[in-house]
Amino acid sequence: MPNTPNVEDLRKQAQKIRISIVEMLTEARSGHPGGSLSTAEIVTALYFSEMRHDPKRPHWEERDRFVISKGHGVPTVYAAMAYSGYFPLEELKTLRKTGSRLQGHPDPARVPGIEASTGSLGQGLSIAQGMALAARMSPKPWHTYCLLGDGELQEGQVWEAAMSAPNFKLGGLTAIIDLNGGQIDGPVSEVMNVEPLADKWRAFNWEVTVVNGHDFNELLPALKRARAADLHKGKPHMIIANTVKGKGVSFMEHKIGWHGVAPTKDECAKAVEEIRSKLV
Amino acid sequence: MSTPQAKPKSTRQAFGEMLAEVGGKYPKVVVCEADLSKSTKSELFAKKFPERFFQIGIAEANMIGTGAGLALSGFVPFICSFGCFVTGRYDQVRMSVAYARAGVRIIGTHAGIGIGDDGHSQMGLEDLSLMRELPTMMVFQPCDELETRQLIEWLASDVEAIKQPAYVRLTRQNLAPVHGADYKFKPGKLDVLKRGSKVALLGSGSGVQECVGAYDILKAKGLEVTLVNVPTIKPFDHDGVLALARDHKFMVTVEDHYTTGGLGSAVAEALADGGTSGVKLVRLGVQDTFGESGEQPELYEKFGFSAAKVAEKILQTVG
Repeated sequence: MPNTPNVEDLRKQAQKIRISIVEMLTEARSGHPGGSLSTAEIVTALYFSEMRHDPKRPHWEERDRFVISKGHGVPTVYAAMAYSGYFPLEELKTLRKTGSRLQGHPDPARVPGIEASTGSLGQGLSIAQGMALAARMSPKPWHTYCLLGDGELQEGQVWEAAMSAPNFKLGGLTAIIDLNGGQIDGPVSEVMNVEPLADKWRAFNWEVTVVNGHDFNELLPALKRARAADLHKGKPHMIIANTVKGKGVSFMEHKIGWHGVAPTKDECAKAVEEIRSKLV
Repeated sequence: MSTPQAKPKSTRQAFGEMLAEVGGKYPKVVVCEADLSKSTKSELFAKKFPERFFQIGIAEANMIGTGAGLALSGFVPFICSFGCFVTGRYDQVRMSVAYARAGVRIIGTHAGIGIGDDGHSQMGLEDLSLMRELPTMMVFQPCDELETRQLIEWLASDVEAIKQPAYVRLTRQNLAPVHGADYKFKPGKLDVLKRGSKVALLGSGSGVQECVGAYDILKAKGLEVTLVNVPTIKPFDHDGVLALARDHKFMVTVEDHYTTGGLGSAVAEALADGGTSGVKLVRLGVQDTFGESGEQPELYEKFGFSAAKVAEKILQTVG
């Protein structure tokens, strides 16, 4: 349910989520720390401030929908869901283990509250578009959010949806790009440059806001503005969030090598200690 | 729901007409299209229910994802294109639809070489094979107007079926009625049209027409075969096939699809899994080659599964 956002509380919540991310990936011995840590504030802002949702009723019809198109970043979402009360925090340790509901990439059939199956990149924005169209035909509409990676924007399907959502005047749709600048094979700018992003999305007729993706004082107003758009005649909103890959763990920050490698137990302890020091 | 089947009709036309009807009965039915509404006949729905019709443009991947989002939000989306184009976006169907268990109805028209003139690029020839491989995906191929109408209503309204993804393969060309007005489509079951002996002749979609023609030719020569329509390719009626295998020495499958991956393969798998021996299976359809432009009857002749060719093959096989 919507809370009255207190930026200090949100900041602390994001750090707790970071600790969970590092711990669960260490336990799983695989996963994607860089692009999970970079979205901690974005996902926290959604689950603990902006989204209307009820962990006790994960299929509540009026809930806001959140599609994480960059499916490899799902540990952040699992942590936010656990802290929200969808399932016990203890369950986070089962990530990627045989028999666990917490698959390496999101599976809505296994985890109530996960909205779409993603992980093959480029598909989430189309799914979110379908949900936003559905909202418009429903008696009690909702808002739909979609989180995209920046490397993911190299997928052509993203631009099909970029073209169609403004055509449908989908004011009920907000997309967020986690602009952390890295992908598996290297910096996004070197692998296949996607810039200039703000110009591209504006040219496709989106309302674009560029923010610091780690600053709630920028994220929250942008999300609120997007939410206010007219459901039937508004423009979809794109929030380009400048982020740091591996944010919050100094030895991971800006390091491409931490895209898809889990920390060792020692690295985990070091990372958790550093994040904890920022909690007080 | 018993519409008289006076004249031959394409199953895409029957689909479009029924879609416009179920739109009135079931308010959760919505339709997505990728710029082929005049060909897939989804335009009939669009005219009646413009507020529930979404033109996505020439962007099938985006259409598939949009359909998934609609289904996951409680709607019953029919997403329409040519079979080759929509199943060609395989990863979107695999991930956004099947893995999400999203109850999307994927409509693939222009099945097989039967489309004729346009040639290989527009021919859905591997769509059954692709769709059959995906867990939770149901796969159907109706053979005439009445069966198409019943299938579409079931897919639009059955409380269990609407939760599951489905692929429906439809023809461009007209198909003569096979069923009488009392026909009742049974999902997942073989539909035995004629009981004969020695040879069980199984067709699906437009293949049924050729089987019916072959049946008449063979009957005139004194051989009465068992004639079977197979509207459900998945979940496949293994038991039905094994029952046929017990009573017949030969089984012949006919489909306007590659002989691998579709009906022929489903029958072969059922026979092999059932440990059946002593039954010879002949799979007719498009062999490991590309389609080409031409007239449908000539192409069926050339590719070896016209009624005359089917009858000829059966006589050769039976000896």
